[in-house]
Amino acid sequence: MAVTGLLLVAFLYAHMIGNLKIFFGPETFDHYAHWLRTIGNPLLPEAWFLYIQRTVLTVAVIGHIVAATILTRRARQARPVRYAHRPKVQGSYAARTMRWGGVIVLLFVIYHILDLTTLTLNPHGVHGEVYRNVAEDFAPGRWYVTLFYTLAIVAVGFHLRHGLWSAVRTFGLQSPRGEFYARATALVLSLVLVVGYLSVPFAVLVGLVD
Amino acid sequence: MDIKVRVWRQTDPDTAGKMVTYGVKDISPDASFLEMLDVLNESLILDGDDPIAFDHDCREGICGACSMVIDGVAHGPEKATTTCQLHMRHFKDGDVIDVEPWRAAAFPVIKDLVVDRSAFDDIIAAGGYITAPTGAAPEAHATPVPKVDADLAFEAATCIGCGACVAACPNGSAMLFTAAKVAHLGLMPQGQPERDTRVIDMLQAQDDAGFGGCTNMGECTQVCPKGIPLTLIGRLNADYRQAVRKKF
Repeated sequence: MAVTGLLLVAFLYAHMIGNLKIFFGPETFDHYAHWLRTIGNPLLPEAWFLYIQRTVLTVAVIGHIVAATILTRRARQARPVRYAHRPKVQGSYAARTMRWGGVIVLLFVIYHILDLTTLTLNPHGVHGEVYRNVAEDFAPGRWYVTLFYTLAIVAVGFHLRHGLWSAVRTFGLQSPRGEFYARATALVLSLVLVVGYLSVPFAVLVGLVD
Repeated sequence: MDIKVRVWRQTDPDTAGKMVTYGVKDISPDASFLEMLDVLNESLILDGDDPIAFDHDCREGICGACSMVIDGVAHGPEKATTTCQLHMRHFKDGDVIDVEPWRAAAFPVIKDLVVDRSAFDDIIAAGGYITAPTGAAPEAHATPVPKVDADLAFEAATCIGCGACVAACPNGSAMLFTAAKVAHLGLMPQGQPERDTRVIDMLQAQDDAGFGGCTNMGECTQVCPKGIPLTLIGRLNADYRQAVRKKF
C-alpha cells in the first residue's frame, strides 16, 4: 500500500504543478502539454515517456487495489460475527473512509481519462487544444462536472491525509515527535494538493480562465 | 441504581447466540461492572437460570482476563481501564447497557462472554521469549540498559494481553499486541539474539491465527487498558523490514 501509494502521490504532485500552468495563458499551457510528449527526446521516441509513465502508474494502481482488497478480505474474515452495538470508529474521518473513498477516486480517474486524455466525453475534444478542452469542460453550464471533480479531489485529500502518514508508519516511523510531524505534513500536503487541483475549475467558473 | 443489560448469550461454540435483556435493580454506584454481573448472576441462579459466563481473575486491572465489549467499546467507556476497574457510577440510572464478547475469528466464543484467546499464546510461543540461562538472578549491573530504552520497554511490557486491541480494531488485527511484545523484548540487551527471527515468526503466527491486517486506524490504542502507544507498530514495521533485509 505504502510503496504504490507514494508513487501515485508523486505523480499527483507533478500533475498538479503542470495544471497550474493554465494560469500562464493558452500558449504556455498548450506548449507545456506538447512538451510532455517530447520528454526524453531524442533518446526516447515521441510520447514514449508518457507511455512508460502510464505503465508504471497502472501497475501502481493495480498493486494498490490488490493490496487494499487483500486487507479488506482479511478484515472481513477476521470478524465473521459483527457487533450488535458498534459506535463510529473514533479515528479520523479520513481513516474511516479509506476504502469507499478509494473506490470514488478510482471511478473519477476512469472518467477523468475519458474526459481529458482520450477526450471521448469532452465537450470541445480537440487533441492539442488543451486549454480550450479544460475551459469548455468546466464551463458554468456543466456545473455537475465541476461538482463531481470537486467531490473527487476532496476524496483524494482525505485519502492522502490518512494514507501519507500511514505510509510513513509502514516504513517504520516510531517516535512520538516524528508522528506529530508526519501527521502535520500529511495534512499540509493534502490541503495543498486539494487547493492546487481545485484552483483550475474554480478559475474557469469565475472567468479567470476562459 | 436500576439498569438494564443486554448480554450476548451463547450456550456453546457451535450454537448460535443472541442478545438477551435483563433488569438489574438496586445496584450500588460503587460496584464494579463485574460485581454488577455477579449480582445479576446470583438472581439468575436463584431463578434457576444459567448464569452469564465471563472471564475474570485478579479484579485489580493487571491480569487481562476480563474481556467484554460494553456499549460497543472494549472494556467500556472509561479510558485506560479494564472492565473490572470500571464502576457503575459511570453509567446513569435507567441505562440499557449492551455487553458482547470480543468479536474475532481468532477468538472464538466458548460460552456467553468467554472467548478462547489461545491465538495470543500461539503468537507468544512463536517468539515472545528470550533464551537466557536460568538459575540465580544475575547481578543487576552486569548488563547496563539505557534509561530511555528501559522506560519504553517497560511501557510496552505493561501489555496484559487482554485482546481489547483486537476487539476494537475494525480489521480485527492483533498488531498492537504483537508490536508491544516485539518492542518489549527487542529493546532489551537480553532480547537481541532472537530479535530478527522473533519479529518474523510472531507476525507469521499472527497472520496464521486469522487476525486481520493493520491499516493504522488507531482504535487499539484508544481502548487499550494500559495505553500501549500506537508508535510501537511503527517500531514493529521497522524491526520487520530490518529482519527481512538481513535474511536476504
